[in-house]
Amino acid sequence: MSTYTLRAKHRRSTLRTLAFLSPWLIGFTVFFAYPLVSTVYFSFMRYDGFRPPVWTGTKNWTYVFEHYPLFWPALRNTLWLVVIMVTLRVAFGLGVGLLITKIKTATGVFRTLFYLPYLAPPVAATMAFAFLLNPGTGPVNSLLEKTGLPAPGWFNDPSWSKPALTLLALWGIGDLMVIFMAALLDVPKEQYEAAQLDGATPWQRFRYVTLPNISPIVVFAVVTGVIQTMQYYTQPLIAGKVASGVIQGAGTLFEPGYPDKSTLTLPQLVYNLGFQRFDYGSACVVALVLFALSMAFTALLMRRKGGLIQAGER
Amino acid sequence: MTQVLDKPLELKAPPSPAERTARRRSLLEWIAVHSLGIAAALFFTLPFVFVLLTSLMSDSQALSRDLIPHTWEWDNYRKVFDTPGFLTWWRNTLFYAFLGTALTVISSIPVAYALAKFRFRGRNLALMLVISMMMLPPQVIIIPMYLFWAKQLDLSGSLWPLIIPMAFGDAFSIFLLRQFLTTIPDEYVDAAKVDGCGDLRTLLKVVLPMAKPGIAAVALFQFFYAWNDYFGPQIYASENPGAWTLSYGLESFKGAHHTDWNLTMAATVLVMAPVILVFFFAQKAFVEGVTLTGVKG
Repeated sequence: MSTYTLRAKHRRSTLRTLAFLSPWLIGFTVFFAYPLVSTVYFSFMRYDGFRPPVWTGTKNWTYVFEHYPLFWPALRNTLWLVVIMVTLRVAFGLGVGLLITKIKTATGVFRTLFYLPYLAPPVAATMAFAFLLNPGTGPVNSLLEKTGLPAPGWFNDPSWSKPALTLLALWGIGDLMVIFMAALLDVPKEQYEAAQLDGATPWQRFRYVTLPNISPIVVFAVVTGVIQTMQYYTQPLIAGKVASGVIQGAGTLFEPGYPDKSTLTLPQLVYNLGFQRFDYGSACVVALVLFALSMAFTALLMRRKGGLIQAGER
Repeated sequence: MTQVLDKPLELKAPPSPAERTARRRSLLEWIAVHSLGIAAALFFTLPFVFVLLTSLMSDSQALSRDLIPHTWEWDNYRKVFDTPGFLTWWRNTLFYAFLGTALTVISSIPVAYALAKFRFRGRNLALMLVISMMMLPPQVIIIPMYLFWAKQLDLSGSLWPLIIPMAFGDAFSIFLLRQFLTTIPDEYVDAAKVDGCGDLRTLLKVVLPMAKPGIAAVALFQFFYAWNDYFGPQIYASENPGAWTLSYGLESFKGAHHTDWNLTMAATVLVMAPVILVFFFAQKAFVEGVTLTGVKG
């Protein structure tokens, strides 16, 4: 083949690749790269959407870190949720995944029942839980009182609101259950048999056979869980709104993070600063903090041999 | 009956003590596993049951601590549908979900195909960028995006700022589809090439028919994403109730019917029901999709 035809062929294959990738190339530029750069740009601007933007240097940054009363509580809440909610979700998801592999009767029914809550739309699920956990009229507390157990204030008590959100998150464990179940069924049976012959206890079999085999999935679940928690928005917002009894459009001002800032997360601050206070510049500062945190966790994923990255390297 | 009697009874040797302990242990394990299973089933289903029961209570009973309705108020559901706006929210949600899903699927397929089957420089980089897009919280870029759609294109008060971007590939859908397409052996693609198929024809005639389960999973995820989306409609549609979706409107429902937990829970049931119904029809595709995101490399 002459050089000419080779080059033509090469050019054709490049064009073909570009053609197939073109929707995403446009999408990436317009809906990812450009807004990301703009976010950085606006974080140094004073901009309310009406008057033209004014360069203010690092003023937005010092405002957010030093004077905006909601920033540090929101960051603390986000970290609380990342550590406690993610850990419990992964542990519980693995537990339920293990349980479902052991159930031999009506497995399909159990699996469907365990999975359904995952499908409940977040707003609907949160409304349901705000009602169920309502200290005054909710069925959960009336059951707890009937059995003589303490009945907490849940979404109305700052020290119980995050555990209540965690409970809601544990209820929607269906996706993790399915992923863990698939991974558990993939563990080679011979390894269990060999361990059994060696007289390993059930715990030892779990520790030395199951866990090493499913560790990429555990890493995957942790990292995606952390990323999801960075975006945690709808559930804490709705829970706070419903529990505080705010009536939309009635002139009632919603206390962000009700009760006592305890359900405030970083994404809510972007909304609060940008769309309620029309301080787009400071909203971009919070957005960039969120970006830095998520990228740090994504980098962790890229380094560890998690499920996602095996895919990327293939 | 006679059939059974005709068969000789199988006489088993009495179990040895070791066998007996093994059998007893497995019976205990069976009981433990199934009690745990039932406990878990209660944890996962009772919230649904309580919501359903409350949705059928009278106004005053919904505020009491009773668990079972005294009178079954099926009329609550009619009242929900009579609430101004509720039908509009349905229409908007269906529009957003169906059009958005169609656009996402159509635009993501060629990208996923290229990432799965073409060999080109920068392929891994492209894949990394897709994954980064997937990981990015939408709030990070919402300010410039809002300014772009609302101030430059004057499209706020509608769902278009949420629908139009779906015509340019969705990162999660691209990733999921690409995962699925890598499981299709390259030999099929090569064979089609040998038979003289161009890239587009190979994709449409050979790969797509095999990729149906993957496409179904992507479509379902995207449909549920639109159905559940609260943040998007809040940003772009909040100022215009005529553009609200079910997920966004549901929250305001609690405001309009401030103390009516029964009606609020009936509305909640009505927002949950279609998702669960769709799931029962497409269970396999959905579970396969979830597995694909996490397990299959």
